[in-house]
Amino acid sequence: MTAALRFHDLTLGYDRHPAVHHLDGPVEAGALVAVVGPNGAGKSTLFKGIVGVLKPFAGRIDLGGLKPQDIAYLPQAAEIDRSFPIHVYDMVAMGLWRRAGLFGGIDGNARAAIERAIAAVGLTGFEDRAIATLSGGQMQRMLFARLLLQDARVIVLDEPFNAVDAKTSADLFDLVQRWHGERRTVLTAMHDIDFVRAHFPETLLLARSPVAWGRTATVLTPENLLAARRMCEAFDEQAAECVEPVTAA
Amino acid sequence: MYDLLIAPFTEFEFMRRALAGTLALALGAAPIGVFLMLRRMSLVGDAMAHAILPGAAIGFLLSGLNLFAMTGGGLIAGFVVALLTGLVARTTELKEDAALATFYLLSLALGVTIISLKGTNIDLLHVLFGNVLALDDQTLLLIAGNATVTLIALALIYRPLVVECVDPGFMRSVSAAGGPAHLAFLVLVVLNLVSGFHALGTLLAVGIMMLPAAIGRFWARDITLMLLIATASGALAGYAGLLLSFHTGVASGPAIILVAGVLYVISLLFGRVGGLLRQAFPGRHLEA
Repeated sequence: MTAALRFHDLTLGYDRHPAVHHLDGPVEAGALVAVVGPNGAGKSTLFKGIVGVLKPFAGRIDLGGLKPQDIAYLPQAAEIDRSFPIHVYDMVAMGLWRRAGLFGGIDGNARAAIERAIAAVGLTGFEDRAIATLSGGQMQRMLFARLLLQDARVIVLDEPFNAVDAKTSADLFDLVQRWHGERRTVLTAMHDIDFVRAHFPETLLLARSPVAWGRTATVLTPENLLAARRMCEAFDEQAAECVEPVTAA
Repeated sequence: MYDLLIAPFTEFEFMRRALAGTLALALGAAPIGVFLMLRRMSLVGDAMAHAILPGAAIGFLLSGLNLFAMTGGGLIAGFVVALLTGLVARTTELKEDAALATFYLLSLALGVTIISLKGTNIDLLHVLFGNVLALDDQTLLLIAGNATVTLIALALIYRPLVVECVDPGFMRSVSAAGGPAHLAFLVLVVLNLVSGFHALGTLLAVGIMMLPAAIGRFWARDITLMLLIATASGALAGYAGLLLSFHTGVASGPAIILVAGVLYVISLLFGRVGGLLRQAFPGRHLEA
């Protein structure tokens, strides 16, 4: 198998403090990876690094020839202005950006694709609704429809099932599994350990430094989870400069 | 009826010029106002209107009431403030509003200082209130040209502008066009303020931007319709304001803005989207 992404001694963070510390390793093409760890473990930071929003302090991310724009990214809290006067249809259509760009037209095929994406997330009939009128779950469904249209080989989802009900998360996870079936590479930050055990073949357990990475059953052991929990959340203002690279546990 | 609504424009050339000027102004300024409002930058227009003052004043100082000198100076001052603001907001912790506040106040202080060095009260009145009834060929062409440039440029940057406005995170993740589109938009704001500056003066130029935008918000849930309504109400306010000014003798610039104000109050009360009456009497609740 070839790697879709490869982290090379990657350190990311804010204000000189590392939030992801010396991460090394490949994400195979077509892998479905859960990224697990306590709050502040660096999950969101890692994703921001992957999509190029955050520049690494050290090391690098090899995107295997992809540009950051080719990666579909669902942030944890999308910065969406929900009062903006725009319809669900147009919002979903943004997913075509890579193909349509600044000036490209939306032809019949594209329109059909938009309608299929809206149907796939169960929002048929909501096309002309203003986004201000959507519930939290419907909003998340709409964002998944947009992800569908982005048709990306690598998809990064930051806690996509937070604050949505069981039905919605089950429906949306069906889409994730469909992407997995299509051999797309999917990284998903998750908090529900039982759900990860049941559905994700591979897990990266992060606690600023990587605690374990591999088959889910071997990663999510009680010892590893305890080690991740012990991680100190606050940055140490007196921390010395990091010189020695540490290797993954 | 004909005498009241149409004759002023067929009989007097200065009224025809004023009408052409205000319609062109509404065509460019109203859509700009809608985007300013949606980007929560409603007061930015006002600040920018003050920011162009030193440029116009330097132009005036160098060559008197010369159209090109004052316009060029205003454009340069506006662009400098807009670019500095964008730069500071994007690279430091200061948000756009704070960055703009510092630069426009400095700019305004500079402008007033320059005018007070040389100038009379009449000049100051022209700068503050413009004169839509005395538009010469050059000024009219300038306003029409600015409106044309604005509409073409808006068509070109429409997509990134809308996407960056509604979901800036998504915009960053798919394209780098958001930043340039935002800067281009700020340039358009300045361009339209310079137009408005000649017709309505620095104090009221923002009125023809923001009032139509606010009116549009009360009638449309979709940005396309909002832009159309804003432009139409801007044009209507221009037309009706000129008539009001002609028949009653009040100053034309304030008359235009006051008519827009009346349209705004009507929208505020009766608007389909969030109007006050609609909120007070929503009707019985529905079954589902």
